[in-house]
Amino acid sequence: MSAESVTNLGTEELDDKARRRFLIAATTVVGGVGAGFASVPFILSMQPSAKARAAGAPVEIDISKLEEGQKITVEWRGKPVWVVKRSQKNLADLASLNGILRDPDSAVEEQQPAYAKNQYRCYSEHPEILVVIGICTHLGCSPTYITEEDPSAKTLRENWKGGFFCPCHGSFFDLAGRVFQGVPAPTNLVVPPHTYLSDTRIIVGIDSSDKGAA
Amino acid sequence: MNKLLTVSLEWMDARFPVSKWWNEHLAEYMAPKNFNFWYYFGSLAILMLVLQIVTGIFLAANYKPDATQAFTSVEYIMRDVEYGWLIRYLHAIGASFFFIAVYLHMFRALLYGSYRKPRELLWIIGMFIYLALMAESFLGYLLPWGQMSYWGAQVIISLFSAIPYIGEDLAVWVRGDYVVSDVTLNRFFAYHVVSMPLILAGLVFVHIIALHHVGSNNPDGIEIKKQAKNAKGWPLDGIPFHPYYTVKDIVGVAVFLIIFLGIVFYMPEMGGYFLEKNNFFPADPMTTPQHIEPLWYFTPFYAILRAVPDKLLGVVAMGLSIVVLFFLPWLDRSPVKSIRYKGIIFKFALFLFVVSFIGLGYLGMQAPTPTYTLLSQILSLIYFAFFLLMPFYSVWDKTKPVPERLTD
Repeated sequence: MSAESVTNLGTEELDDKARRRFLIAATTVVGGVGAGFASVPFILSMQPSAKARAAGAPVEIDISKLEEGQKITVEWRGKPVWVVKRSQKNLADLASLNGILRDPDSAVEEQQPAYAKNQYRCYSEHPEILVVIGICTHLGCSPTYITEEDPSAKTLRENWKGGFFCPCHGSFFDLAGRVFQGVPAPTNLVVPPHTYLSDTRIIVGIDSSDKGAA
Repeated sequence: MNKLLTVSLEWMDARFPVSKWWNEHLAEYMAPKNFNFWYYFGSLAILMLVLQIVTGIFLAANYKPDATQAFTSVEYIMRDVEYGWLIRYLHAIGASFFFIAVYLHMFRALLYGSYRKPRELLWIIGMFIYLALMAESFLGYLLPWGQMSYWGAQVIISLFSAIPYIGEDLAVWVRGDYVVSDVTLNRFFAYHVVSMPLILAGLVFVHIIALHHVGSNNPDGIEIKKQAKNAKGWPLDGIPFHPYYTVKDIVGVAVFLIIFLGIVFYMPEMGGYFLEKNNFFPADPMTTPQHIEPLWYFTPFYAILRAVPDKLLGVVAMGLSIVVLFFLPWLDRSPVKSIRYKGIIFKFALFLFVVSFIGLGYLGMQAPTPTYTLLSQILSLIYFAFFLLMPFYSVWDKTKPVPERLTD
């Protein structure tokens, strides 16, 4: 404290006010930063635990008994994975739909591995087999598989060539899991990483490029 | 004996403001003398909050928040716990009745302009209660771990994933897993029984303090605090809350409980509106039920979500449909508060709003078809127009002069 401020009461008050303001601001900021850091462990505790991250071993599927038009469902990482065997006609129909699809060429990278970035959205060696995660990209319902021949197909949508319909919010996907225009789902169904162990056995959860890794 | 009581009260008052609180909030809280039917629902909402907390404690004592045991533990409560069925029905149907009370309470505010100055903050606190209540109900709905619990939670949590860039990570953080799982169930139980009830109770306390600070509105929208005082220092049209309105509210409680318990005892599922059929099946992550719908009190907003054929914009529209309510105090620029003195334009607009809200509520329960989607879009437009055009039509509206004194 300066000699002046002792004699001049007014200045001393001012000094005190400025100092008090500074101290209040400084303690508030330090306290706020501390509270911020203290919240980190609580926020991070809500992230998937080590156990949840470790779950999700690859799943093997035998498709030897899968007939044309059939769909089988297996569970992988808690999600339904569909395997559908498409007929030659189905594959031929896919091209005709390009004009009414949102992403006919699978331009959105995250929705499929590179080997499924084609019209059929699968390995080119096995064009009839579609492997997709059966979770709608809108809000996560599991769509219903409706073939062209299905009795409900007529009322579903004009010119239905078979595909998937999400009952929750009315999104349509074709037999390659590609999303139609004018529906709430923004992107195509996700093709999970998968590899052919043989012609009739598929393993879901492993890319052909990284065999051994899960 | 009487002397003993007086002495005890004096002893207490010297140490804790018992009499002061009693007088401030009950015996000397001046309420307008013309409260009508619509004024029952605030106290009924408090009744439901208490009922939910009490039944909830007894349910939590028997329930297991574990994906492998949750569904069967609810069945256990229903079949094996003494009076478990009653406690569980009171809680599950109580949730619907809580929302009935809250919606009618909010509609009262719309009718009589209870959100207008000086009650803007009261309205906003009320809106936070409404939000907290929606969260509480959503969290609780996962706990029975039925099909509808599971897929309802899956859809609502996926709403977060519509947010650009951080959406997916945020949804994972909320679930604590890549799909709705045991982890999600466990944490939702914690939020449902600890966090949200604390928040709700706190907000309700603040709501009442704010109400008693500004004073109650009334069907005439006249500020009784601005009136002359009578010999006792009361506003001319004011009466003490206790005993006048405590007694009135008890009558309301009796009638409300007759209806509520009638449903609890005789039609607890209410045809699928209060307890959905699909929730009698255990959660199956592999199959979505053919038709999923939220409980009735969320369906108007759900219909707005579905009306927009775009993921992000749909979520934004649904969010805005609730956010817009917060701004109501400033959207209404009418010179009068109550519908009694508002003109034909406001009455017509309010009528359209009620039609759109109920219509959307109905459409939200139906499977999506092109006609229904179009209808939802029209009704959503009306819903938003009611709020967004209010600054204009509330000024154009021809209002009637407001009297000095309450009318009946």
